[in-house]
Amino acid sequence: MSGPRYIVVGGGLAGLMTTIRIAEAGHRVDLISLVRVSRSHSVCAQGGINGAVNTKGEGDSPAVHLDDTVYGGDFLANQPPVKEMTDAAPAIIYLYDRMGVMFNRTPEGLLDFRRFGGTKVHRTAYAGATTGQQLMYALDQQVRRYEDEGRVTKYEGWEFLRAVRDSAGVARGIVALDLASMEIRAFRGDAIMIATGGPGVVFGKSTNSILNTGAAVSNLYQQGARYANGEFVQIHPTAIPGRDKRRLISESVRGEGGRVWVPRDGKPWYFLEEWYPAYGNLVPRDIAAQAIYKVVYDMGLGIDGQEAVYLDVTHKDPEELDVKLGGVLEIYEKFMGEDPRRVPMKVFPAVHYSMGGMWVDYDLMTSIPGVFSGGEANYEYHGANRLGANALVSCTFDGMKGGPRMVAYASGLKELAADAPGSLFDQAVSDETARLRSVFGMTAGGESPYALHEELGDWMTRYCTVIRDEEKLRQTDEKIGELMDRWRAVALPDTGEWMNQSVVFTRQLRDMLELARVMVRGAIERRESRGVHLRPDYPERDDANWLKTTIAEWTPDGPRLTYEPVDVSLVTPRPRQYKKDIR
Amino acid sequence: MTSAPRTDMDIDVPAPGTRGQRERVEGTVRLVIRRQDAPDAEPYWQPFEVPRYPNMNVVECLMEIRKNPVDAEGRRTTPVAWAANCLEEVCGICTMRVNGKVRQSCAALIQDLEEPIRLEPMEKFPVKRDLVINRDRLFAAYRRVKAWIPIDGTHDQGPGPRLPESEREEGYWLSRCISCGSCVDACPQVVPEREDVFVGAAPISWARLMNIHPTGEMNAPERYSALMGPGGISDCGKAMNCVAVCPKSIPLMESIASMNRQITRHLLVDWLKE
Repeated sequence: MSGPRYIVVGGGLAGLMTTIRIAEAGHRVDLISLVRVSRSHSVCAQGGINGAVNTKGEGDSPAVHLDDTVYGGDFLANQPPVKEMTDAAPAIIYLYDRMGVMFNRTPEGLLDFRRFGGTKVHRTAYAGATTGQQLMYALDQQVRRYEDEGRVTKYEGWEFLRAVRDSAGVARGIVALDLASMEIRAFRGDAIMIATGGPGVVFGKSTNSILNTGAAVSNLYQQGARYANGEFVQIHPTAIPGRDKRRLISESVRGEGGRVWVPRDGKPWYFLEEWYPAYGNLVPRDIAAQAIYKVVYDMGLGIDGQEAVYLDVTHKDPEELDVKLGGVLEIYEKFMGEDPRRVPMKVFPAVHYSMGGMWVDYDLMTSIPGVFSGGEANYEYHGANRLGANALVSCTFDGMKGGPRMVAYASGLKELAADAPGSLFDQAVSDETARLRSVFGMTAGGESPYALHEELGDWMTRYCTVIRDEEKLRQTDEKIGELMDRWRAVALPDTGEWMNQSVVFTRQLRDMLELARVMVRGAIERRESRGVHLRPDYPERDDANWLKTTIAEWTPDGPRLTYEPVDVSLVTPRPRQYKKDIR
Repeated sequence: MTSAPRTDMDIDVPAPGTRGQRERVEGTVRLVIRRQDAPDAEPYWQPFEVPRYPNMNVVECLMEIRKNPVDAEGRRTTPVAWAANCLEEVCGICTMRVNGKVRQSCAALIQDLEEPIRLEPMEKFPVKRDLVINRDRLFAAYRRVKAWIPIDGTHDQGPGPRLPESEREEGYWLSRCISCGSCVDACPQVVPEREDVFVGAAPISWARLMNIHPTGEMNAPERYSALMGPGGISDCGKAMNCVAVCPKSIPLMESIASMNRQITRHLLVDWLKE
């Protein structure tokens, strides 16, 4: 078939929307995903999707949404793309509605909206408490329709290994691994979307799904792609601690009136309401997480001396709770065995979302020509902190925008991947085969890849999340170096040639260590406090020196960091504080 | 009043490997797992014993096994292959038979299970390795019933159709389906390796959901014809197993009854027109 070819890597909302946009423009797409696409992590989003529809007549508008987003992100995001997103948000919600998403309704049968953190208006459309799942299925169904028409070919159960670049550095395709047969093959493609989600699993246990290792992005970084703002990783203030993962309790619980407290002098102390009277329990996530750390670690007021505070909805009508928050409360009940309608939930902050990601230009193209990136995998919209319910709109918007930009780019190419020499792809396949074979050969040492991963996660979670102490960050950086050495001594528990999960994980672990280093080094160098990045030795935001995007480029000795200015042409930076209303 | 944090955050976070990291082990959990090295290999049973932690679930047991892959007699073995992702019972991938009952393994708490816990792959889907199966037949059925809303395009066309909250709630209840395939696995009418038999409850419920939506309703007749004939809705044997195993308590029999009524009405109207 003549004409450009398109590849989308990642089957979450960003990847699926990109696929739909390219397919509806009449082109064919190869869709690569680790799992059947409807299993992607986007299904875990609970609370909702933001768009300034102003159904409640509160004077909301895309301009206010823009202001909330860049203010909430502590002014680290380039503002023009944020404006594009907030302008597009209402139409995105309407589009999902047209696709059949069962959004909650007002008595008039219009879309209902709820409140979320970091905003004072009802801007969040929601489908019960499983909004992400509902949006995912809507897009999954549209993609299935194009699959039925032969425009989309899915490769589910395949892992992206690398981009194939020609002598000029332009991407001509990718190499991927079939996770069942362990076959490695090349796919030719002129424009490639990387929408592989975030790297939460670098922190061991997080609210992320366990496939969110960031390995695809890490491989591109190791191939020369720039990685931006790696140190900005959001901690969600309210998750259920668990040995296998941290299960998110959605911010919508606070949006619907949930209160955070700890016992003090025998009485509930609502510390967020006391410290931040203007926003109360709905302060943004970074502020809430920092406050909980202070109460638990500094003041020693965690419940029964544990790493936990209460999130309480017991004062609310149980029937209303079931309509608005059913899915969230079910999770707590199922995994903790207690009914949150009657007993306050015990929660603690957990790693949740990476604002940092692949550096992209305003057309979503990475520093590798032909490779685009969207969704949590890029760094585009959320600055130093993401507002709740902005993730679903940003990843969808990336697909809305990314698909057409990929088509525009590929249509302008003089040479197509289809005409590139076969040797280019054969070489890439043979390189990756050799790399995988070297992992298969790891049998002599004494290390377990899973135990190494636990150690990495423990260090990263303790020292590179809510509080960033320089000395401890340096220790963590050393630890990562040590883990990289010990990785070479991994003894694979399985050397079989069919569906070898330990080979795949061992490879991903090495990629996670590279990303961990980007996060830690970025946190060491950024000598200020901004959004989620809190340095007790530099407690203030420092716009004079640090209103800059961190750019990491891979070298064998660790990331080389450079900085580029932030485009703040639309909203002038002002101090960010939620104690009182200063807008 | 204590001051609000940010300028006062020089606090000591406990070191790695301390507090919270080492929960108490409360004996062991015994499991027997049905293993199969490859799609055409012979299955065999293997016993395991792993440390028991509070609030533990089946996926955590499998994580313990991969960390230290020895069987109950202490012999080295390969880690059991399994599939999981969200661990919150929403991605729908970790379905397996736990003590004979098909369910999501992430939400199967050890404290509620009789030991040794028997883990087996789903029965109606081909095994890829150990507990990992291939659900192609389920997703093929979604295509068969045209489970999508045929929108004109993704360009801005303003709001979608208005929907009364009551219909929205009916639809939402169905749209919580996570495509785990439990209903298909538990159905006596579904036969492994045969595609010409009953499609199972989930695809029928999806068709009902699409028909609730005002736009989806326009294509209802296509879904009716997909559900008539061999393997269609009339092959339901009303065993009700689907309802018993659905992790989301979706009223699947109600969906089958509703689609049956819709199809009958549709046929009647067609007949009257002639």
